[in-house]
Amino acid sequence: MLGETIRLAVRAIWRNALRSFLTVLGVVIGVAAVIAMVTVGQGSSAQVTQDVAKLGTNVLMIRPGQAAMGPRSSSTSERPFDLRDVERLIREVPAVETASAAEQSQMSAVAGNVNYRTAVWGVSNAYLDATDWPVVLGRRFATGEEQGGRAVCILGETVRQELFGNTDPVGDKIRLKSMSCEVIGVLEAKGASSFGSDQDDIVMIPIRTFQRRIAGNSNVNMIYAAVRDGASTDLAKGEIEAVLREIRRIGAGEEDDFNVMDMKQLASMLTGITDVLTGLLAAVAAVSLLVGGIGIMNIMLVSVTERTHEIGIRLAVGAQARQVLQQFLVEAIVLSLMGGLMGIALGLSLAALAARFMVIPFTPDPVVVLGAFAFSALVGVVFGYFPARRAARLDPIEALRHQ
Amino acid sequence: MPGDTPAVIALRDITRVYGRGEAEVRALDGIDLTIRAGEFVAIMGPSGSGKSTAMNVIGCLDSPTSGEYLFNGVDVAGLDQDQRALLRRHYLGFVFQGYNLLPRTPALENVELPLIYKGMGAAERRARALEALEQVGLAQRADHEPSELSGGQQQRVAIARALAGSPEVLLADEPTGNLDTHRSAEIMDLLVRLRAERELTIVMVTHEEDMAAYADRLIWMVDGRIAEDRPTERGARDAG
Repeated sequence: MLGETIRLAVRAIWRNALRSFLTVLGVVIGVAAVIAMVTVGQGSSAQVTQDVAKLGTNVLMIRPGQAAMGPRSSSTSERPFDLRDVERLIREVPAVETASAAEQSQMSAVAGNVNYRTAVWGVSNAYLDATDWPVVLGRRFATGEEQGGRAVCILGETVRQELFGNTDPVGDKIRLKSMSCEVIGVLEAKGASSFGSDQDDIVMIPIRTFQRRIAGNSNVNMIYAAVRDGASTDLAKGEIEAVLREIRRIGAGEEDDFNVMDMKQLASMLTGITDVLTGLLAAVAAVSLLVGGIGIMNIMLVSVTERTHEIGIRLAVGAQARQVLQQFLVEAIVLSLMGGLMGIALGLSLAALAARFMVIPFTPDPVVVLGAFAFSALVGVVFGYFPARRAARLDPIEALRHQ
Repeated sequence: MPGDTPAVIALRDITRVYGRGEAEVRALDGIDLTIRAGEFVAIMGPSGSGKSTAMNVIGCLDSPTSGEYLFNGVDVAGLDQDQRALLRRHYLGFVFQGYNLLPRTPALENVELPLIYKGMGAAERRARALEALEQVGLAQRADHEPSELSGGQQQRVAIARALAGSPEVLLADEPTGNLDTHRSAEIMDLLVRLRAERELTIVMVTHEEDMAAYADRLIWMVDGRIAEDRPTERGARDAG
């Protein structure tokens, strides 16, 4: 009997194919939106985690100032560090394998008559170690170049492409502000970060060179510290904090005027933001599912009125109220499930497309897909029940008279 | 012949009242009627005489306001909507003036409709429906939708549908009302033939003397009461 009812429902839906499609469009869009939002959200969360893992889970970021504001904001009113602090950390904290200062500024890099605006970072080789970032052409900084603040630079892949195309730039000169500096290497390409920013859009110069020739001071606003293998990041954090408190002469009861953040913390903070955004967007999308359900109810009511005569015939030949109820309820459910299936297909396609453009992993979640499917069935039950009950309560004589 | 068969339908002082107070309408005002198995009864009367209401009550589409209705000796006057649906499903077949076929649905599926509600499997349903269509001479039109059939053919499909469920009683409400004289005669001949083949009891409402003549008993209704109940010429001849 149920199989019969489903067959009947499919046929009734097919008979009004265009109207049925327009009816379920709301559900299609709702389900598609929820699935696309959640899938893209989960993909970018996965990307953030991956990126942070690439940075190295054993890397600590040390910044002046108290609250964790964000990864690359360099504006702070707190006392900056200096290079002696970095050296003391390397020397005095056994859990720290190596550490690098990092300063950054946006400026134009010029090679010949090509001009390209990029981020110039002052770092040491230790930064390349900490972030596990190999030089694929040429070489890293020599000790003398680091100590003496020489005008040498290592290019990110994007900057290389912009200024030199596919040719080997090692040995050539580029100009940063008024400083002419020799290209000694090219970094391995890393691709886009989870926020869409191009990580290869970078020029690295020794930190001392940066301080003398660009910043004009000896400030250090960021230290990257790599924790020794086998040492816990919590232990390293504690030790670093103790040393920095001593250096910065912070009294016993006083709070730190700097903060040490590990990458796991950073990752969970970033994925936390992504998750909240995903949740909000999915909630908005869910509202359209609700609206889609009301659309189904509307058209089912119209359908019951249109088919009053048919209902009368069915009642006359012996259909019981619950069989009529079942027929219309099943029709509403089949309708919304079809909408759900179309929505799943559309949502996953959109998510796959978005993942390609945003260069994030495409991670469809079966729980979300099944959930959306179940929810569209629920929409059918809830919004189909009222029209179906109205159909079932028709009086056979009245219904037969209705034309 | 009908005189010695058991009573299928027995109405005792049946009333059907619509509305209340001033607006009260007594569509049926105390009907006593016994119809025996195998009878072919025609109900006639001016419009508003209550013949359609009587048909609805006999067909269990409607419940009487008061009185006793024995169907095969069982009181069915107080049955609820769903119980009456079961009674219609298993014992009654309907033929209407407007055919009442499902539009855009092939004849065969229209005939199968009551069998679906009897819970019959697809194969048996199909066989029974085809058999019924064959009996009304429309087996070769099984795949045609109502819109592709003439009025007479549509009414024959409707008769096949009414018969497919093997009812005891066939209720026909102005079955020839939409048909010309020639087609009407065809339908009536068909009913007479089927009644003999299937040992059916037929109750038919009509306003045409010619059609009533096919029955063997005539009930004349006026103002919700039975004014006359007599054998037709055909009935008198058969009895005699």
